Amino acid sequence: MADTIVVPEAPVADADAGRALREVGRSMPRLESTAKVDGSVEYIHNLRLPGMLYGRIHRSSIAHGRIVRIDASAALACDGVHAVITADDVATIVPNPYYGPAFHDQPILALGKVRHVGEPVAVVLATDPHVAEEAADLVSVEYEPFDAVFDEVAAAAPGAPIIHDELKPAGMFTDLEHVAGRRGTNVALDARLRTGDIEKGFAQADQVFEHTFRTGKVIHATFEPMVSVAEPAGPGGLTIHTASQSPSFVRSEIARLLGWPENRVRVRTAFLGGGFGAKLYIKLEAMAAVCALLVRKPVRIALTMDEQFYTITKHGATVLIRTGVTNDGRITARQVETYWNGGAYADIGPRVTQKSGFTAAGPYDIEHVALDNYAVYTNDPPAGALRGFGISQLVWAYERQADIIARALGIDPLEFRRRNALRNGRKHATGTVVYGMEVEAVLDRLAEKMEWHRPFDRGSGTIRRGRGIAIGVKACVSPTTSTAAVHVYGDGSCAVHTSTVDMGQASDTTLAQIAAEVLGLPTPDVRIVHPDTDVTPYDMATLGSRSTFHMGNAVRRAAEDVRAQLLRIAAGALGVDMGDLECRDGAVLSRAGAKLTFREVMLARFAMQAGTIVGVGSYTPSYTKPDPRTGYSPNITPFWMLGGAGAEVEVDCETGRVTVTKLVNVADVGRAINPASVERQLCPACSICRAS
Amino acid sequence: MSARHERAVAFTLNGRRVGATVATHETILEVLQREFGLFGARESCGQGLCGCCTLLVNGTAVSGCLYFAAFADGAELTTVEGLAKNGELHPIQRAFVEKSGFQCGFCTPGFILMTKELLSRHPQPTEDEIRHYLSGNLCRCAAYPDIIAAVKRAAELMRA
Repeated sequence: MADTIVVPEAPVADADAGRALREVGRSMPRLESTAKVDGSVEYIHNLRLPGMLYGRIHRSSIAHGRIVRIDASAALACDGVHAVITADDVATIVPNPYYGPAFHDQPILALGKVRHVGEPVAVVLATDPHVAEEAADLVSVEYEPFDAVFDEVAAAAPGAPIIHDELKPAGMFTDLEHVAGRRGTNVALDARLRTGDIEKGFAQADQVFEHTFRTGKVIHATFEPMVSVAEPAGPGGLTIHTASQSPSFVRSEIARLLGWPENRVRVRTAFLGGGFGAKLYIKLEAMAAVCALLVRKPVRIALTMDEQFYTITKHGATVLIRTGVTNDGRITARQVETYWNGGAYADIGPRVTQKSGFTAAGPYDIEHVALDNYAVYTNDPPAGALRGFGISQLVWAYERQADIIARALGIDPLEFRRRNALRNGRKHATGTVVYGMEVEAVLDRLAEKMEWHRPFDRGSGTIRRGRGIAIGVKACVSPTTSTAAVHVYGDGSCAVHTSTVDMGQASDTTLAQIAAEVLGLPTPDVRIVHPDTDVTPYDMATLGSRSTFHMGNAVRRAAEDVRAQLLRIAAGALGVDMGDLECRDGAVLSRAGAKLTFREVMLARFAMQAGTIVGVGSYTPSYTKPDPRTGYSPNITPFWMLGGAGAEVEVDCETGRVTVTKLVNVADVGRAINPASVERQLCPACSICRAS
Repeated sequence: MSARHERAVAFTLNGRRVGATVATHETILEVLQREFGLFGARESCGQGLCGCCTLLVNGTAVSGCLYFAAFADGAELTTVEGLAKNGELHPIQRAFVEKSGFQCGFCTPGFILMTKELLSRHPQPTEDEIRHYLSGNLCRCAAYPDIIAAVKRAAELMRA
């Protein structure tokens, strides 16, 4: 039913070598395929350590209020309960226990007040998970309830209950600095974009359309529920095993909370049983770390499926969109005001608000644009990223309105989009010139696959049929940085050290293909070392459609570094020029036909079958921070992503049942490293978003 | 845990006779993990809805997160770890690899075991039978088209 099309580019030769690519651009199965079908694949979910305690969270039963008293005596009286940890205990080792990537606003355990139902108030540690579960229910908390606010528009209005006394940006993201110290507001971030003269644009319009669209919250529901296991590592050290999309961030944030240097905190991950944005930045890690340090034992905190609903969601949003058009279907002005329901703690919400917010005018060429995005605290559970980093909420609004406008003007919806498409070489509303964004190719392919030009049977009687298309644009998250290392061992075998997390998107395989391409190895011969901050270099996080590009480039550079070292050694050993050598089939080959296997190169270098050669590569695209008054930046993103979808649906007018009878995805993906894997990403992404 | 809440059970696990002392409240999933180090059956929803914890008891798929370990006494249990023979993947496993019937892989053992029950009853399943049998197994990555292709391929491989 669902059909996914990747818009292909012509085969590209490797620019520096002038030869056809061998590993990159080829569809291949995941490197870990066998482990995923025989049950042996590693997830942190499986980890059990000797002497480990099981932590179970006692959660707030109210949405907003002051904690009057916590009584843990009944819980402590249970056989097998080792300790009950509250904010008072946390304070003994973390005096300022507020964490978060965007704002330092979330306490490790509720401190003084609670801000959403399900907020962690205490952790029971027990030798048996069932005992921990029962004892957690026996913790008794008395609250003084406050008024709560759940709607993002109401929470941003004057007079709403205030959820945080003061805004405390974390400092990592310079785009958020200007809100520091603001008080008496639930608006965590107001991100503006102004281009042209919006009033003039509306004056040029023949008609102005104004609508409000709302989207609800959605839960990631990763099938491997969130899990972190922390263990003291000797005096002054700590190891955290965690199902996280951002091990590097966990290390720095835990070190900051503890006041330790980062080199005393080790964070490692394995394969994730799903991520989708839920396991980003920091979730259970600080809680598990503090518990482990307090009791000096390994502590496992794992959520149940229902606890995930209290932990992170996709943002619900209210989008007010006003668009001026001429009668011939040209958009003259667009004003969008979006309220993002960020829940009680910022998490990555302000980044979602800003990074998606500036795309709210859509992939359209509009002279006069005014965008206002508000990240709003409410008394819901925190909101963050979910497959698209806030883009789908906006696409829902601007593409619904595109159809409404097209219908009102009597213009074909496809044609309306064509007339307004943002083409390469034109400036996006941020001021960044767009390149590599093939709107027309995507629309052409959509039209072809949907057979848009053919008459469409709209049904009759109780079964009616309809069809629609939509396109959306996303800018890759910026600024970010990735570093990778490629090791060649004494026997000539090769491993890539990267902190990119494979959560099902096949990044291990993709990155191995890139290293294999540079080093002339078969991809399955490249081993990927999973994130372990003691070993693998820094990566900002696995998020925002950035890994293949950023980490891919870092791996490429690291592999090139290793290749240069291998060639230099081989050139010396063979007495030839480096320029006459290439890496192929696990060996260095000369034009004259001489050959040194990697194994022989290592022997030549170390005079024994031993040693290590390490290549390092980093990738940090340039970026210009937007002007906070105008949102203007000539360099807002390293690349744009353009996608489209078409659907045919049947509605049973008697029962209301809607059946999707055809679904087409089209994406401009540039050059696919592993085409089958790209298609497998796009098609299910569309299924998840359809259910959302 | 006091002795009166424990009992000794004996069962066949992946073709081998085994025994264990289990608490009466313990699920078979917990016992597989604790006593036998088998993690292919995984608890996700904990409510018997997602199928990640699927194992076969006397050839029938059950939700391991709801199945008390004490009930396993005398039964024949198969987990995904028991499918490969002499280092060779089972045809269903091979089919899932061939068709990439997974992404994150967390739900995969459940799908494979449910497919095993399906193919033991319907060696040439129709699309409807496949969908019916797999309706209790969810994949949050939504790799469903590849999973269905893998099941069809598995049926071919097993007939071959």
